[in-house]
Amino acid sequence: MDFCDLSAFELASLIRSRKISALEVTQGFLQRIEQVDGLPGKLGSMESNSHDVEGVHAFITLTTEQALQRAAQIDQCIATGEDPGMLAGVPFTVKDIFCVKDTPTTAGSRILANFVAPYHATPVERMLRAGGVLLGKVNLDEFTYGSSNESSAFQPCPRNPWKLDRVPGGSSGASAASVAAGEAPLSLGTDTAGSIRQPAAFCGVVGMKPTYGRVSRYGLIAFGSSLDCPGPVSRDVRDAALMLQVIAGEDERDATASRQPVPDYLAGLEKGVKGLRIGLSPDYFRITYPHVESDDYTEQAITTEIETAVRHAAELLQEQGAEIIEPVPMPNTRYGIPAYFVISRVEAASNLHRYDGVKYGYRTSQPVKDLAELYRRSRGEGFGVQPKLRILMGMYVSAAQYSEQYYRRALKVRTLIRRDFERIFDPQGEYRLDALLTPTTPTTAFPLGEVYGDSVLMQYADQLTVPANHAGIPGISIPSGLDSQGLPIGIQLLGADFSEGLLLRIGWAFEQASADEFWRKKVPEILLK
Amino acid sequence: MTDTEQPFENQKISRQLFDYLVQLAALELSEEQAKYLLGELNAQLRSIQELAAIPLDEQLPVTTHGVPYTDQDRPELRADQSRPFPDSQKILQQAPQVEDDYFVVPDIPHTTLE
Repeated sequence: MDFCDLSAFELASLIRSRKISALEVTQGFLQRIEQVDGLPGKLGSMESNSHDVEGVHAFITLTTEQALQRAAQIDQCIATGEDPGMLAGVPFTVKDIFCVKDTPTTAGSRILANFVAPYHATPVERMLRAGGVLLGKVNLDEFTYGSSNESSAFQPCPRNPWKLDRVPGGSSGASAASVAAGEAPLSLGTDTAGSIRQPAAFCGVVGMKPTYGRVSRYGLIAFGSSLDCPGPVSRDVRDAALMLQVIAGEDERDATASRQPVPDYLAGLEKGVKGLRIGLSPDYFRITYPHVESDDYTEQAITTEIETAVRHAAELLQEQGAEIIEPVPMPNTRYGIPAYFVISRVEAASNLHRYDGVKYGYRTSQPVKDLAELYRRSRGEGFGVQPKLRILMGMYVSAAQYSEQYYRRALKVRTLIRRDFERIFDPQGEYRLDALLTPTTPTTAFPLGEVYGDSVLMQYADQLTVPANHAGIPGISIPSGLDSQGLPIGIQLLGADFSEGLLLRIGWAFEQASADEFWRKKVPEILLK
Repeated sequence: MTDTEQPFENQKISRQLFDYLVQLAALELSEEQAKYLLGELNAQLRSIQELAAIPLDEQLPVTTHGVPYTDQDRPELRADQSRPFPDSQKILQQAPQVEDDYFVVPDIPHTTLE
């Protein structure tokens, strides 16, 4: 029996009822990692050889010994009649942006390559307490700054398990890749502009960005503090519900973690979609982006295959009793990226000032004459180009003479984006939607090397996901088919604040209605080898 | 007057301003990296300038985070009490250079304020 193809929900149930042991399961997943992952990410550029290209390269750090010990503990716990928790013996991976006690926590950056976290991030601690077994830390774009995972200082960068010459997306690219390749049924990711949903769409897995404040950010290395959301990556909607159940909820160590009660997401899944109002917006079937050389903007429809997948999902939900509302105008969607270029950079610059070569992390080995030179050298050598870009842009747009025209204006545009959503989800309003159904991404996974280096084009990959981060609302990406190249397509559901239960319920209904479709029997290329 | 009337279209970051930002940011760049970063910054700035065309009412409030916090949602403030970390040596071990529980740094440059 190959445990790696089972869901977390099924695994927990089998382990709890002692049909299989947690140790067997952990060993099974470690074996899968051995088969598909190839070389772990290491600092510095690497010459490509055939072995490099053949693997998924999701991991930076494998915690094999601790995982085996933990799995044995779970088995002992069950043997004595104790309940090990909702994730009884379920293996998981963690994006290397969360602190895990006594484990390297690198953020995919040279500047933190030698940092060993002294404590657990809250979502990690909750997964471990619920009986989860941590297999290791997985790669990401440096400090989460990217949509392809190519910017990590740890190379080789992760590949898309469906086609190894494609990117897995980002920044939670290796979280999505590790789940797609069956290296773990669950992964903990973060989403600041689409960093869970976009790679989930590219890798054919489920990824949820919860409402801002639904999951604690304690122990998460910060990027955009008003935008960052930890969330689940899984292979199906029920597993996302299970994982969110474990990690959500208030935390006295994060003043932005909401005290709203956490509903029973699993119990709500089966309620169906009858009578729910689900909207489609023309503003999510196109993207607008600037030309490289001129001041013009190009408006481009998303690919026909992706639009067809979204409309197909709408039909299936309609057949289940949902009402499809169209067209729903979302006029400020196109401003999400320009506003994000300002807001996220200001927050990133502020968060990156703490890396100074003094308290922890990288320090230059070159001789320096004073403290100022120590800072410049350590930061110059320790940061890659993406953090440097964000620091410089953040400082520019928040400088006293520019902040009114850039930063304050972007925060006002954020209000307009928020109001778009408030209008469509208003229970007394014109649209009264329960959810908006959209594509997750304008394209499927692009080839490695095709976009990397063009920081503007790369950012526009997030155009359909970033509005939810500005507005703080929840969103989920769900696999909905394959394109003509055999690459996964993701659809996105967006809902009002704290409506995760409703989104999971709609997603589950879609999964059930499409359970027999041919594409669900296809497996990623890496598993055919 | 609405904010749209403020002219900031076509602004570019000059090399001089860029060098000043690099200094403020406490970074050191190779010439090749500086050229790439300046080019990318100005490309991003062109995208940002799309914001200039949006008519915004002066009274429009800013949004600093999307989800509104009510008193019921917001966690209560903790008592302002220090809690010593159980293993402070573990934190100090992360530092590149320590001596007697102090972080060691090179000379701190002094600037006389006028």
